[in-house]
Amino acid sequence: MAVVSSSGQRLGNRVAIAAVVVITIIFLLPIYWIGSTAFKPRNLATTAPPTIVFQPEISPFVKLFTKRVQLKPNEKIDVANAPWWEQMIFAGGERISRTGKGEIQLSGYPDRFINSLIVAITSTVLAVGMGTITAYGFSRFKVKGEADLLFFILSTRMLPPIVVAIPMFLMYRAAGLNDSHLGLIILYTAFNVSFAVWLMKGFIDEIPREYEEAALVDGYTRLEAFRKIVLPEAATGIAATAVFCFITAWNEYAFALILTNKKAQTAPPFIPSQIGSGLPDWTVIAAGTFLFLLPVAIFTFLLRNHLLRGMSFGAIRK
Amino acid sequence: MAEIELRHIDKHFGVVHVIKDVSLTVKDREFVVFLGPSGCGKTTTLRAIAGLEEIDSGDILLDGKPIQNLRAADRDIAFVFQNYALYPHFTVYQNLAFPLEAVRTPRAEVEQVVRSVAKSLGISHLLRARPSALSGGDMQRIAIGRALVRRPKALLLDEPIGSLDAKLREQMRVELKRLHYENGSTSIYVTHDQVEAMSLADRIVVMNEGVLQQVGTPTEVYLYPANLFVAQFIGSPVMNVAPTVVREVDGAAEVALDGLKFGMPADLIGMLNLKAARSDLSLGIRPEGVEVSLAERPGYRPVEAHLIQPYGGFDIVDLKSGDRTLRARTVSGFVPRPGTPVFARIDPAQAHFFDNQTGASLGIRLERFQEKMPEFSGSKALPNKGLDHFGVSAETPGEAGQGA
Repeated sequence: MAVVSSSGQRLGNRVAIAAVVVITIIFLLPIYWIGSTAFKPRNLATTAPPTIVFQPEISPFVKLFTKRVQLKPNEKIDVANAPWWEQMIFAGGERISRTGKGEIQLSGYPDRFINSLIVAITSTVLAVGMGTITAYGFSRFKVKGEADLLFFILSTRMLPPIVVAIPMFLMYRAAGLNDSHLGLIILYTAFNVSFAVWLMKGFIDEIPREYEEAALVDGYTRLEAFRKIVLPEAATGIAATAVFCFITAWNEYAFALILTNKKAQTAPPFIPSQIGSGLPDWTVIAAGTFLFLLPVAIFTFLLRNHLLRGMSFGAIRK
Repeated sequence: MAEIELRHIDKHFGVVHVIKDVSLTVKDREFVVFLGPSGCGKTTTLRAIAGLEEIDSGDILLDGKPIQNLRAADRDIAFVFQNYALYPHFTVYQNLAFPLEAVRTPRAEVEQVVRSVAKSLGISHLLRARPSALSGGDMQRIAIGRALVRRPKALLLDEPIGSLDAKLREQMRVELKRLHYENGSTSIYVTHDQVEAMSLADRIVVMNEGVLQQVGTPTEVYLYPANLFVAQFIGSPVMNVAPTVVREVDGAAEVALDGLKFGMPADLIGMLNLKAARSDLSLGIRPEGVEVSLAERPGYRPVEAHLIQPYGGFDIVDLKSGDRTLRARTVSGFVPRPGTPVFARIDPAQAHFFDNQTGASLGIRLERFQEKMPEFSGSKALPNKGLDHFGVSAETPGEAGQGA
């Protein structure tokens, strides 16, 4: 072993590792619960104690994406010629609802999921974009009343958002923004932009001005210097800010519930709304939630290098 | 290559007047060093020439054309930053190519120029590295390379080697001098290090509190400082300066530094009369202008050696007389130990007289005493020729060389 360490240090390391493992298990338990429930047969979802070992099945996801109706007591079904995924539905005493032309009717979930993606991605891009430019302005130029303006920007976050839910609802109704993508995008961008300005200002302040000044004397305009030098240098900060903004917009529940009902409804208010229709099928809710968790996980995973990389990798001697 | 002219530049930062009516011409292919203490306005002046700082009034001309209203990008001036400012997300090659890409240089030409500049700086093997993996000296070479690839009209350097350690600084100083010799680009170099300034400059511009104090060759500013500030800023150890009174005694002049009286040639009286200045003067004398003898000799005054700082090639000896300390430079080991009684006098040729009111030098040049002096010199030779009368440490002939 090249590493020289005393037994005390090794013991300390082991304790630390054990603590990390325990904490990780505690945090991952709900995710495991949702993930396992999403693949359980319906009758095993609510057993006590919970069923750990079971034959996983895909039927909750089939149910999640389709509209179903209860089989009538003497309804004839052609089990033999039905596709495999529909046979699983028959087993639960249901069949998939079809239009007059025989096309499968989809549930509301796929549209809600796409709505969530549209709203979260667009508002994240807008909030991070505006936040970065604003932060750059505050960081690099003399702005009259800079401290007051920054405080004002921050103060928009001091009120619990739900306090303004009713006025927002009335304003949105008057402005015709109710149940529209644009309405939610504006709202989430407004939520996040103050946060993005403050976070990005910290990151941009860390980038030495000399980089841009060097680019300016090297023959580039201020905008080119911003694009070619500041943005790449701020990538870590932009990634971190984007992850936070995306998570906020993706998970937002209260305003989505109040301001949307169908056309622009996002997944968070939709998933629990299924509880109300008949006996709650927890496997379908778990499947919807499980899929809903994936984009954030993927997004964070893709940006992990930026998130982990320190800021102080520069070639400036401080 | 180009001539840079500054005409009556003024600049404020809020209420602080950082550049006060600065006018200066930097000739084509000249290497000019702005020298001054921190906060004297030298870097601000440099940044104003580059276009990184706006000026309140005045003109900046490049080859006779005013450029003060042009953007930095359009001035065709390169700038080397103290902290190098290499783009960390680029490789060394990309860093060097960056200024060329700004002007849409064809790829093949970029490659050729970058490689040739890298070769001349000895950094060819680093082209694929990232700046963060390099040493300070290499980073600085690349920063200079990035300034040179575009063949700018002028090269501005803001304390480019200030962050390096002493040994590397010396090495880079020589390299910078070689680069200027080979490329001949009009260069302005900012530093607070007088050794750098003396060794690199064609002309030194000494600044203090936003005002040009003196512009001249290194020899000129060293030998003939225009005022007390320049006299005390340039030269290490610093020049001895003290208020003095000049009197006429027995047909010769005599200067008094507190209780110590030194003889001076009679010409001094006439010169001072000519300048209408006899009172409120300061006498300045560099350590090498203080001549020390171990034995009593005519014109030498008794003093006591106090602190001795050996520098290897020479010693700096503090001579005490009462409260007054006079710093002298001798060959090393000349004064054996602190407390030794010795005798000193002042070489009139190296005496400077300043007006205490304005701080300005009276410009008085005296001749050396007419006597035969020992052949060898106790002081380090200055870089210029024609100074054979300068900086001789006196010793009694019989003792010459004993300590050396």
